[in-house]
Amino acid sequence: MPKAMNEIFDYLNGLFPEAGLAFDESVPCIIVPAASIKEVALQARDDQELLLDTLMCLSGVDNGDETLGVVYHLDSMTLRHKLTLKVIVPASDPHVPSVDRVWRIAEWHEREAFDLVGMIFDGNSDFRRILLPEDWEGHPLRKDYQVPEFYNGMKVPY
Amino acid sequence: MGLLSKQFDDGNIVLTSVEGVLNWARLCSLWQMSFGLACCAIEMMAASASHNDIMRFGVLPRPSPRQCDVMIVAGTVTLKMATRLKRLYEQMAEPRYVVSMGSCSNCGGPYWEHGYHVLKGVDRVVPVDVYIPGCPPRPEALLEGWMRLQEKVRDFTLVKQEGEHA
Repeated sequence: MPKAMNEIFDYLNGLFPEAGLAFDESVPCIIVPAASIKEVALQARDDQELLLDTLMCLSGVDNGDETLGVVYHLDSMTLRHKLTLKVIVPASDPHVPSVDRVWRIAEWHEREAFDLVGMIFDGNSDFRRILLPEDWEGHPLRKDYQVPEFYNGMKVPY
Repeated sequence: MGLLSKQFDDGNIVLTSVEGVLNWARLCSLWQMSFGLACCAIEMMAASASHNDIMRFGVLPRPSPRQCDVMIVAGTVTLKMATRLKRLYEQMAEPRYVVSMGSCSNCGGPYWEHGYHVLKGVDRVVPVDVYIPGCPPRPEALLEGWMRLQEKVRDFTLVKQEGEHA
């Protein structure tokens, strides 16, 4: 049976009463503390009531208030329901456990989020930049990012 | 007559300069490096297709920079690509030419202000012979640019011009 997002929240909250999950009705999504994301993700994938077998997208966000966010859009091919998870971490210490062992595609998505926004995914099996050159400095989609004057001797601003 | 200075009626004899023949041969077989960077490459491919058939100018796409005379920079040049592009240019044998196709490779195009990763004009890394404006330019514009390049090759001289510094 497909479930609505608030039903999934009640269900997961019952399974993880200690984890401190929160439901955001405005978006809507479930806000998960960084420490619990891996076990919640594994449960969401394997639980017969949820079967969220597809990670449609993993995005990185700079919230602009000294916090960074990771947004997981999940989909169940068999039960035809969707779920959005959100992890919010401080920009000064942006560590998030990797979910690339739960959904393999997360490996590339996490590398992209790291590349452009700069959160660090602990446990990602190939953690390095994916789009920008290896020697690039900084994370360009951060709100406080300054475009460098030069890159490898090439002038960058117009 | 154009290229020929004199033709005799009886037989296969023509008179012209060595430069004239060499330049004519080169401008009629400018081989192109086959690579594209963005949407301009689609128009470049359209120029190769049957409607515009750029091959009638002797343009042959080659997969190796060693065999090429012209590099058509068709599309957005990112800083990551600019390093590779410069290396490819350096691997081409002289005389070599660069055609900058479209706004992105001319000056950065729509990425001129917020494109942190875009080179604002390919002439910052390699010398450009012909700039073709457009976003993207139509195949006709590429043909026009190509004919401009041919004119440039036609005027090429190995001999030092008067008043020219070595």
